[in-house]
Amino acid sequence: MNNAKNEKMHEPFVRMVKRDGMSRKKAWLIRGLSIVFALLFCSVVTILLTGQNPIKIYSTMISGAIGTPRRVWLLLQTIAMLLCISLAVTPAFKMRFWNIGAEGQVLIGGLATAACMILIGDKVPAPLLYLFMFLAAIAAGALWALIPALCKAKWGTNETLFTLMMNYVAMQLIRFFIVKWEVPKGSGTIGIINQDSQTGWFPAIGGNLYLLNIIIVFLLCIIMYVYLTYSKQGYEISVVGESENTARYVGINVKKVIIRTMILSGAVCGIAGLLLVGGTNHTIATTTADGRGFTAIMVSWLAKFNPIVMIFTSFLLVFLERGSGEIATVFRLNQAFADIISGIILFFIIGSEFFINYKLIFRHSHKEVK
Amino acid sequence: MLATFIQRAVIQGIPLLFGSTGEIITEKSGNLNLGIPGIMYVGGISGVIGSFLYEQHMGIGTPLNPFLAIAIPMICSLVGSALMGLIYCFLTVTLRANQNVTGLALTTFGVGFGNFFGGSLAKLANSETASIALVRTSKFFSSPIPITKEVSWFTRIFLSYGFLAYLAVIIAILTAVFFKRTRAGLYLRAVGENPATADAAGINVNAYKYVATCVGSAVAGLGGLYYVMDYISGVWSNDGFGDRGWLAIALVIFAVWKPDLSILGSILFGGLYILYLNIPGLSRSSQELFKMLPYLVTILVLIITSARKKRESQPPASLGLSYFREER
Repeated sequence: MNNAKNEKMHEPFVRMVKRDGMSRKKAWLIRGLSIVFALLFCSVVTILLTGQNPIKIYSTMISGAIGTPRRVWLLLQTIAMLLCISLAVTPAFKMRFWNIGAEGQVLIGGLATAACMILIGDKVPAPLLYLFMFLAAIAAGALWALIPALCKAKWGTNETLFTLMMNYVAMQLIRFFIVKWEVPKGSGTIGIINQDSQTGWFPAIGGNLYLLNIIIVFLLCIIMYVYLTYSKQGYEISVVGESENTARYVGINVKKVIIRTMILSGAVCGIAGLLLVGGTNHTIATTTADGRGFTAIMVSWLAKFNPIVMIFTSFLLVFLERGSGEIATVFRLNQAFADIISGIILFFIIGSEFFINYKLIFRHSHKEVK
Repeated sequence: MLATFIQRAVIQGIPLLFGSTGEIITEKSGNLNLGIPGIMYVGGISGVIGSFLYEQHMGIGTPLNPFLAIAIPMICSLVGSALMGLIYCFLTVTLRANQNVTGLALTTFGVGFGNFFGGSLAKLANSETASIALVRTSKFFSSPIPITKEVSWFTRIFLSYGFLAYLAVIIAILTAVFFKRTRAGLYLRAVGENPATADAAGINVNAYKYVATCVGSAVAGLGGLYYVMDYISGVWSNDGFGDRGWLAIALVIFAVWKPDLSILGSILFGGLYILYLNIPGLSRSSQELFKMLPYLVTILVLIITSARKKRESQPPASLGLSYFREER
């Protein structure tokens, strides 16, 4: 590397050097800047498509996300759900186990919840029913994550592809049960479960249906932060993620950590399914998770696996989604507009990581360029 | 009966074959591109945009020029999906971003892009038609090659498809030959297995990754084009393409990274995809269980190949990892 500096003939016009570590403040400044650039770029795209001025577009976006109390609650609820799934995938990612099967784990947790509500809803007293729903959702989610984890630990099976396939197995299983339970027959949906008796529905706190969900997820977020940062198991996860060989050398049972962490990851996904079915939709469909299993991966990664930061990253993504959804409605564009905007913003944030980890050095000048 | 079933299986399999051949080319360079589902959407919609503008330009009365009617959507599709590959490469190779996250973002973007323009293209172009129906262009894509007029089991299985279907098989065979018999193919595999060694041997790792990913994306995009122009005869419906993109990624595993095997695999997957229609006496609920088969089979193959640890059937060793020369 240093030789290249002396022989000017061979020095490339620009080369990249790894940074040794940037102050946290500076790193977050770069990420913030990338979001600003992304928003500017998106507004150019929106102006081209709608012909409106940018101020109108931004105000539409903000009012779409937080314009009325109802929208604020909806926003908070959507953030809570995304955050919950992001918390679930985080321990696995910290271990460098690419669990992209959160979608399936959430769905199967939701399916277990729905099964309890439908099959034993009127047979057991309410407290017992809630307990069963909770246990069933956790067990189902954990099982869905455990299968790929066992294969990974035993044979080194590629977990990215395995968990991806498990998503579709879960979806077909749900389609199967939808036909079994559908109301009315032939409709292809199961309708609202226990609509009259509201058995198994989460109680509304202070008249608000979503408050309980939000509180649960918030508590979960703090617990996850403490678990990952201060517990021995959380430390083991970090070590396995940094280097499996190091972990083995210091006497960590890597297989055990992989399996334990995936059970945890799947169980929290199961809780997300429980909250979606028991506390939000009161029904189950293949769209219950709504792609959040995949979005959660980006939320977690953007927050550098820090549960507290995830509150902000999930806020950012949900805010953009709801805001651009509103733009689509007001300017009569297709709802998929929101996906395009999220995609563009993600590209910018993903790209900005480079400038945090590396610096560019130009020939003849040794100035840093950001 | 059987001939019709095989014919249908092939029709279902062709988009998967394009997708998996494209993904195999990409993965051989060490890039695990989970953006393939999005790229296939973009490939489809780019072709639609191209031919929509061409049909609008020609008006309803005048007949279309057969060459242009095929060439315009093809070129649009190839360019559109190759650009998606370029975004992926710029982020993962040049900026060394995480491949999984980039791929998933690309899928979000691509599916959104497809549905957005599919839903609002007619409105944006100020046309009178409410939805997009490119029946005239589709005819050029879906009409079989006129070799013989008789109808038998043979013509049904082998000669009844639009030209893109044959192109898919040809591309898959050429790719297999490329990997096995050419120097560039060997270099590409070296890049995917061990980029540091390839770099030391004087191979331009980044160039190989860029070219392989963009070409792979373009090939995968043709799968989307085949789906819109041939399979659903030019009538776009949002989310109609469904989860075929993920199935194409599953097929890569099933074919253990061999494009020639994925020809057979795609027909098998196509068959499994529609098997439920051909088993008499299935209730609606058990049909849904049958649709699980392609995924279950893939999981099984994944487990078996990893448990047997046969060297020929493993994924490229550096799959999913970014390469940085100074980090060794």
